[in-house]
Amino acid sequence: MTDMQDQHIASAYDRDLEAIQALIMKMGGLVEDAITNAARALETRDDEMAEAVRRGDAAVDRLEEQINEEVARVIALRAPTARDLRVVLSVLKISSNLERIGDYAKNLAKRASVLTQMQPVGDSASTLRRMAQQVRAMLKDALDAYVQRDEALALDVRDRDVEVDQMYNNIFRAFITHMMEDPRNITACMHLHFIAKNTERMGDHVTSIADQVVYLTTGSMPDESRQKKDRTPFETHGAVR
Amino acid sequence: MNDMRITERAVDLSETKISARNVQVFYGDTHAIKDVSVDIADKTVTAFIGPSGCGKSTFLRCINRMNDTIDTARVTGDILIDGEDIYDRRVDPVQLRAKVGMVFQKPNPFPKSIYDNVAYGPRIHGLARNKVELDEIVERSLRRGAIWDEVKDRLDAPGTGLSGGQQQRLCIARAVATEPEILLMDEPCSALDPIATAQVEELIDELRRNYSVVIVTHSMQQAARVSQKTAFFHLGHLVEYGETGQIFTTPRDPRTESYITGRIG
Repeated sequence: MTDMQDQHIASAYDRDLEAIQALIMKMGGLVEDAITNAARALETRDDEMAEAVRRGDAAVDRLEEQINEEVARVIALRAPTARDLRVVLSVLKISSNLERIGDYAKNLAKRASVLTQMQPVGDSASTLRRMAQQVRAMLKDALDAYVQRDEALALDVRDRDVEVDQMYNNIFRAFITHMMEDPRNITACMHLHFIAKNTERMGDHVTSIADQVVYLTTGSMPDESRQKKDRTPFETHGAVR
Repeated sequence: MNDMRITERAVDLSETKISARNVQVFYGDTHAIKDVSVDIADKTVTAFIGPSGCGKSTFLRCINRMNDTIDTARVTGDILIDGEDIYDRRVDPVQLRAKVGMVFQKPNPFPKSIYDNVAYGPRIHGLARNKVELDEIVERSLRRGAIWDEVKDRLDAPGTGLSGGQQQRLCIARAVATEPEILLMDEPCSALDPIATAQVEELIDELRRNYSVVIVTHSMQQAARVSQKTAFFHLGHLVEYGETGQIFTTPRDPRTESYITGRIG
């Protein structure tokens, strides 16, 4: 017993923990696809693809329920401690984050459907797709960091959320400009702004997943030293003097 | 590390009761305890955990010099209780054991009445001047052992006629009858069913108000439930010693982690 071992004496315990983590990966895969497809549906004005994303969210919700049940069973039957405890606690939080990201993707798809009926506003759809791609790439890395217990990669994901926040700030200003230029853009811009805001929130949930990887590997949460780059609460754009 | 203690488990106010310095124990050629130094707090339950043969029971038995009774055993280093070396020549082991009570794995009531089981220690140590005082000690001890209500109407019945859980609580009552300051418990629940175990654990938590309790247990869950501090022994070493919540959530030593999570090592 001189080194840390990976295997429990009770091998069924290992199988339980692996099964739960496999469910997280499955859920993560579905959510990654939902982000990609929702953003693509928005850019290509593809109502069918948007509809598929909306229908697909039910599977994500079912996985979250299943994970909650399995985690409750492991806690009741195995009384996990130390890093085993951190595995089940982090699984609970990550599944909740993924479920929220899935909801945002579904909402993005809904608004994409509505927007197919309206005039496009500038190149906002492609900017939003880039933002969604950034979030999706961060999610992929956060989940890879989880599987590989890679603290450095998780910290990198946290840092990259700053870029998402900056993209949101820029697009926020662009929408204001579009709306000031032509009030007929307002309805579309309101929908587009919600899409941008929801994508920015997805980034926050991905960051939270990365935090869980740090907690899992080190036993404590990362320092809250990251600068907040969302400046929009302070924007006035000349409207208020 | 974040403070994860709930107020129930707060231990910071307790003073050191037992202080061990560089303790080594040999059984003949076998080096059973290797340079263990530890401070055990007063009014606190301290659990010793570790795999079989790790030395936790051996170390426990140093605290009331039970190892003196084994011819081949040799103890070096210092063990201080309230700052006094208990291995000093002038210390009488019998007096020491009145101050440091012990409860064993198997309930071992004397083949005497319930009353006499508890009265035995106070009698030989002359703690009661008359029958009234002795009656008081017996009742107080049985109450502290959380068994008074179950036996008060049959104090003359043999202690061996009680159930296993009751016998163990009788043994705890017997141990506290000599007004000890420290209670050592060597797997006190391993022969008991879960209900009797829960009753003894509840009792241990109450005893904490008056005593420094040191418990050796094979059940990690029991250590987690009853103790405020946990010490993990392995191959004669004290590997890690800390607040119980910390040991069970974020142990610092990989050997502790392997053991408490049930991994092969």
